[in-house]
Amino acid sequence: MKTADNVALCVRNFSKHYGDGCAYCMDEDAVLDRNICPECGTIHACSDISFDLHKGEILGIVGESGSGKSTLMKMLYFDQEASSGEYHLADFLDGDRDVLKLSSRQKRQIRNEILGMVYQNPVYGLKMEFSAISNIAEKLIASGSRNVGDMTATGDHFLGKVNIPLNRKYEPPVNFSGGMQQRVQIAKALSNYPPVLLLDEVTTGLDLSVQADVLELIKEIQRELGISMIVVSHDLAIIRMLCDRTMVMLDGSVIESGITDQILEDPQHAYTQQLVYSIL
Amino acid sequence: MRQNYAFLDENSKKEIRRKTLKAISIPGYQVPFASRELPIARGWGTGGLQLTLSLIGQADILKVIDQGSDESVNAVNIRRLIQDTTGVTDTIHTDEATLIQSRHRIPEVPLKPYQILVLQVPLPEPLRPVEPSERITKQLHADKEYSGAWLRLFEQIMRYGSITDDADYPVLVGGRYVMAPSPIPRFDNPKLEGNDGLILLGAGREKKIYAVPPYTTVTSLAFLDHPFEVESFDDVTCRESGLTGVYMDELIDETTGETYYMTNDTSYMIEEMNKEGSVK
Repeated sequence: MKTADNVALCVRNFSKHYGDGCAYCMDEDAVLDRNICPECGTIHACSDISFDLHKGEILGIVGESGSGKSTLMKMLYFDQEASSGEYHLADFLDGDRDVLKLSSRQKRQIRNEILGMVYQNPVYGLKMEFSAISNIAEKLIASGSRNVGDMTATGDHFLGKVNIPLNRKYEPPVNFSGGMQQRVQIAKALSNYPPVLLLDEVTTGLDLSVQADVLELIKEIQRELGISMIVVSHDLAIIRMLCDRTMVMLDGSVIESGITDQILEDPQHAYTQQLVYSIL
Repeated sequence: MRQNYAFLDENSKKEIRRKTLKAISIPGYQVPFASRELPIARGWGTGGLQLTLSLIGQADILKVIDQGSDESVNAVNIRRLIQDTTGVTDTIHTDEATLIQSRHRIPEVPLKPYQILVLQVPLPEPLRPVEPSERITKQLHADKEYSGAWLRLFEQIMRYGSITDDADYPVLVGGRYVMAPSPIPRFDNPKLEGNDGLILLGAGREKKIYAVPPYTTVTSLAFLDHPFEVESFDDVTCRESGLTGVYMDELIDETTGETYYMTNDTSYMIEEMNKEGSVK
């Protein structure tokens, strides 16, 4: 399989289960207790997820806690290993190879060079004791840069872009507010211009004005650099503002997907309807 | 009580030699070994001592140095333990020795093909300052993911304007593994490369053996615009011998309060001074 021309990232039949599974729950038509197998207790955190991310597009993923959104993101970033499925990236050998089958060293290379990740909690994405500028350099070093001058120039550029005053670039993020930490994390993820950016609940826990800043920044970056993004959120307002297309997840499966406006204005699945109306 | 030859029992020595062979086969890779109890405390050279004890034969000629000195308490005690249990000849002349155990220095005289240099290592893991977990650092080595080691150097440049690691400056061995060269001064880093003799490194407390076989490429990590530099002793002269350009200790004359320099490798200094027509 090869990715189509306009597709940046393509996922087929992605699954993740915790536990060995049994003959009952491995069957496609098995009825599970939410996402837990009643026979063997295996948790199916993600089951049979397929989608394409188009170039320059922002794809939203919504769903309640425990629906498998973050697990999906972690599998895309190789933080967790998928139990089964196929995963192609247009920027790795023209999407010719299933990247799940690569060695851990090649996966690491893809993480460093093709993907960018912004975690909900900046602790996972940043080295809190190293200066902000070094944090950005870490991504650049990992993707092969060995020139301090170039790296500090790039670091300054992106810190400027996310509105971190440059006189604080030598400070470690542990001294920063939550919003600033999140912005440093975004700057780091962007610093080597990755073609695909993964954003996992980036604004959760930030106050409203900071949230607006961060969203504005994401939108601007996407327009300017044409980076493809996957945005996970449980906040429908954010999804409505940012995303071209949206997938709704429940108990590890995608229950509905389509153009964001369509999903929010005319939800088909009972759960999506409940989700949309509970916010209004 | 009759002591076994070279203190350790034969099975222990065999295990250490087997691990040493593995270390030589994979230059720079840290091979775990079962570090034995010795009559000196862990962290006082037990890694180096176990290597020496397992390698020493009756025909060997031994030299033990501690920070360049053959006569410091540590060197004397280790030498006496080895001699008491083996009866081998000892020497202070680097050229005469077949087995050299050293703490924190590589002798000024280049190694000969018949020589093994054993270095004592307190902290064998170059990635430990950025990653506390052994399981993860092992994975990072496997993936050749060394941005952590580079990041430390970058952070030093950001904070202090230049790299401040004066000893234990990380090196890349054979283009593959990043290695802690033990706390030898930066000045000795170039001496690791392309030797005629074998260099073995042992960490007793951390239970690791690693090696730099003869004629291996060893490069000190450096950024393109911040090249690696050794300490320069070109404009200072040894007060005792008049030598220049060798690694020197900076000392203060307690009567005059004056700063003076003295060659650190004392046996080298003595050899030079005994040469006919020596500088002083």
